[in-house]
Amino acid sequence: MAALASIRAAECGYNREGAGQSAGLAGHYRPNAFMTTTAAPNLSASAIESLIAAANRVILGKDTQIRLALACLLARGHLLIEDLPGVGKTTLAHTLARLLGLEFSRVQFTSDMLPADIIGVSIFDRERSSFRFLPGPLFAQVLLADEINRATPKTQSALLEAMEERQVTAEGETRALPEPFFVIATQNPSGQIGTFPLPESQLDRFLLRIELGYPDRNAERALLESGGRKEKLPALAACFEPDQLVMLQREAAAVHTSPALLDYVQALTEATRGHPAFVHGLSPRAALGVLAVARAWAFIHGRKMVLPEDVQAILPSVACHRLRLINSASHARPEDIVKLIKTTPLP
Amino acid sequence: MAKNRTERLRPQVLIERGDVPWLIAVAAATSVPHAAHLPAWLTALAAAAMLGRLWSWQRNARLPPRWLLSIFAVVGVTAIGWQFRTLLGRDAGVALLVFFVALKPMEIHTRRDALVVVMLGYFLLLTHYFYSESIPTALWMLAAATLVTGTLLRLYGGHQPAREILGYAARLLAQAAPLMIVLFVLFPRVEGPLWGLPRDAHAGLTGLSDTMAPGSINNLIQSGEIAFRVRFVAEIPKKSSLYWRGPVLDDYDGQTWRGGLPRSAALPPDIEMRGERIDYVSTLEPHGKRWLLALDLPVSLPRDSALSPAFVAVSREPIVQRRRYALASTTAYTVNAQEARQTLQRALRLPPSVNPRTRELARSWAAELETPERISDRALALFRREDFVYTLQPPLLGANAVDEFLFSTRRGFCEHFASAYVFLMRAAGVPARVVTGYMGGEVNPVDGYLTVRQSDAHAWAEIWVAGRGWLRVDPTAAVAPSRIESGVASALPAAEPLPGLLRFDNPWLRALRYRWEAAGNAWNQWVLGYNPDRQYELLTRLGLEEPDWRKMTAWLAGLTAIVLLVLSFGMLRPRRAELPEQLAWRQFCQRLARLGVVRAEWEGPQAFAQRVSHERPELGPLTHEAAKNFAAIRYGAGGPDELKRLRACCRRLPSRWRKTN
Repeated sequence: MAALASIRAAECGYNREGAGQSAGLAGHYRPNAFMTTTAAPNLSASAIESLIAAANRVILGKDTQIRLALACLLARGHLLIEDLPGVGKTTLAHTLARLLGLEFSRVQFTSDMLPADIIGVSIFDRERSSFRFLPGPLFAQVLLADEINRATPKTQSALLEAMEERQVTAEGETRALPEPFFVIATQNPSGQIGTFPLPESQLDRFLLRIELGYPDRNAERALLESGGRKEKLPALAACFEPDQLVMLQREAAAVHTSPALLDYVQALTEATRGHPAFVHGLSPRAALGVLAVARAWAFIHGRKMVLPEDVQAILPSVACHRLRLINSASHARPEDIVKLIKTTPLP
Repeated sequence: MAKNRTERLRPQVLIERGDVPWLIAVAAATSVPHAAHLPAWLTALAAAAMLGRLWSWQRNARLPPRWLLSIFAVVGVTAIGWQFRTLLGRDAGVALLVFFVALKPMEIHTRRDALVVVMLGYFLLLTHYFYSESIPTALWMLAAATLVTGTLLRLYGGHQPAREILGYAARLLAQAAPLMIVLFVLFPRVEGPLWGLPRDAHAGLTGLSDTMAPGSINNLIQSGEIAFRVRFVAEIPKKSSLYWRGPVLDDYDGQTWRGGLPRSAALPPDIEMRGERIDYVSTLEPHGKRWLLALDLPVSLPRDSALSPAFVAVSREPIVQRRRYALASTTAYTVNAQEARQTLQRALRLPPSVNPRTRELARSWAAELETPERISDRALALFRREDFVYTLQPPLLGANAVDEFLFSTRRGFCEHFASAYVFLMRAAGVPARVVTGYMGGEVNPVDGYLTVRQSDAHAWAEIWVAGRGWLRVDPTAAVAPSRIESGVASALPAAEPLPGLLRFDNPWLRALRYRWEAAGNAWNQWVLGYNPDRQYELLTRLGLEEPDWRKMTAWLAGLTAIVLLVLSFGMLRPRRAELPEQLAWRQFCQRLARLGVVRAEWEGPQAFAQRVSHERPELGPLTHEAAKNFAAIRYGAGGPDELKRLRACCRRLPSRWRKTN
């Protein structure tokens, strides 16, 4: 745990460092920025910074998790938040959707829920004497799937299919989901009563899994002093223009990954395969995910290239839920991944 | 036709202007030590040729035309042939090589010419071993070999500053050192030099000769050179008994004493030990003769040697190389109480009709005194009582040398006293002979070896008494007892010139000399004296039982195979070459590690910089700059500018010795 704490500390310091240097690096790496859009980089940088600042005002002391969630979104992936009830999972999802200016819907999963409850149903319209499709909550830009592991596998897989395909087929008709489409699922720790743990293949659909954890002492005190956060949500104004998010996603995907960095990602991936602690290693899809999140992470920190530190920072969140420990039947803990990082030299 | 031929050959690579001083330096470095024994005119010629080339290089002057050089070469070779009366052999051969290596830079245009100089340089280096195998020679040769190797590097495109090239050459030589040591230790040794030195290689060795005329020993005594070194197994015997037995001379012609007893007529030595056996190991400098110098009287000899009828340890081969051997002697003995008549007759023979006064004196003693011992005592009493002077500068003697010495000049060195004594004894009818050798020696407190120099050369006498055998009598002891007790220097009058080494007695200089000689001795013992015996001894001690050449070859082959395996494994292992930015960053991190901040292998550049600013704030900004530039090249689109800045960071990093604050 101490190791994890230190790497977190380094990460936070590093974040500040990255933010401080962003202007200089941006200036250096875009000598001909005026050929594209002159103002865009600074605009996006300031938009991201103000978004993170605003989110930090709502969710106290969770800067890293906010940034990870944002990185997940910028990498066009879905987010799984796993933690105890009441630590702010829903608030985080809600805040992000608001700040991004996205259309938001929420589904509380229960064990008697059916796929139609989230996809939508066709009902007979007497006036037109035809069936009319009533879209379910799935047809939103941000879907908050609360306590996804309370639903039966059947319903879970309907949702997960939609996540992967970004379209829904109901009653013979294929309907595209809105763009961007972003699922934030929350999950109770699987030991709790009445849960259907997500199988490996479905966990794999989530690009990132984060844990919020208890707030630290100062943050909790501030929370207690100012009361709950829920009432602050309606007052939040969007930081992004409607099209801006798509543009940012495109920019994040364009962050440079050098051959040396690809070597490093490969080295880490290979280290998980055949590692004595894990049942099996990371899949190529996971490796692609690592790269995508690392790009977004670098982008959030104002860089046009991915550094090994970016990979190290995001790797626990990307890898933990995809790696099963050999002797405890649970998933890898962040400490395991940190240990893995510390035994893999930079190429 | 000519054109076709040149086309078929590879185009000639011209040398650069900057290569020329290197080549001249090679020529100079490899030939300078030879100046000590080359004729002066050749040294001057070689120096002039090199200086002339240097001058023309500086002025960019034209080189002399080929026909002029040819004439010069012919004249030079002729002169060398005339000087040495031959073009073969060691001296003439070395003179030719020096002449050529000095002349060759005059016609250097292509790399091939330059290679000739380099190869000649390597070859000339070896020739120094014909003349000296001392430590300074070895050090000089090491330096010169570095220079020659550096020149080779330079010729093949090393444009770095001279210091870097020489450093690289030195590293190459250092890498060869382990192989050299393995070969040195394990390569099967043969007795003597592998290919035999030229016949004149052993000229000019100093040492005792097998004749003694007035003046022969006091010539030798001027030399401070070491004759041999001895290491006693137990403690060193007292100084007055350290008589090192050399050639025994029993044939006198009125001027010169000669040795050479016919072996057939003699009885085998019959030694009765009355004292302790003294074991010691002696390292004899080459003297070109066959005798080994044993403490009087040897009782056990090394192999390949025998005791002559006059009890001199004689080797089968002349000693032309430094030789190390184990001996045992005793200082109290009875030898040949029975002696062959022929030997005794020889020991009584005198040249007819010389020294009539001496004969008369001796005859009167013989008539008056009964025993040989009494006659001997009378003679010693004569030396002691009359005003005889022990001196290095005796007056010249005429035909009746002993008469003149005994009755008029009375000034002489050990050879005069020994000669006069033996003459007196023989004339009185007592068998006697002259023994030459060394007396005493000096203990080096640094390594405990007893050093015997040419200046310790001495001559004494032996008489034969029936029933008691040969008895040693040292007439010099009667005149100058301090010669026996402490050495030549103390026995001579203060005004006499002596070799500086003997006279000069500054304690500080003496300590320095002891150290230097001990180092030289260690070098002789372990490097030059590493002969088959020593090899056997060492390998046995290392656990190789009964090492013969087959086993050694097998070990050598085995070790070589292992080394080659390891090397080829290292080379064949797929390894990506390090890029310049990785190299620079690694160097930066190594320097930081020396300052106390070690980068973990998994640590990325920015995170590392962050940690450095936390742990060592004064190094933070520089590390941040280095990390930024490294990351820009390795993970971004950085280029040569960033590399330059990264290297600048590396240079700006304070080194360990200039620790900040």
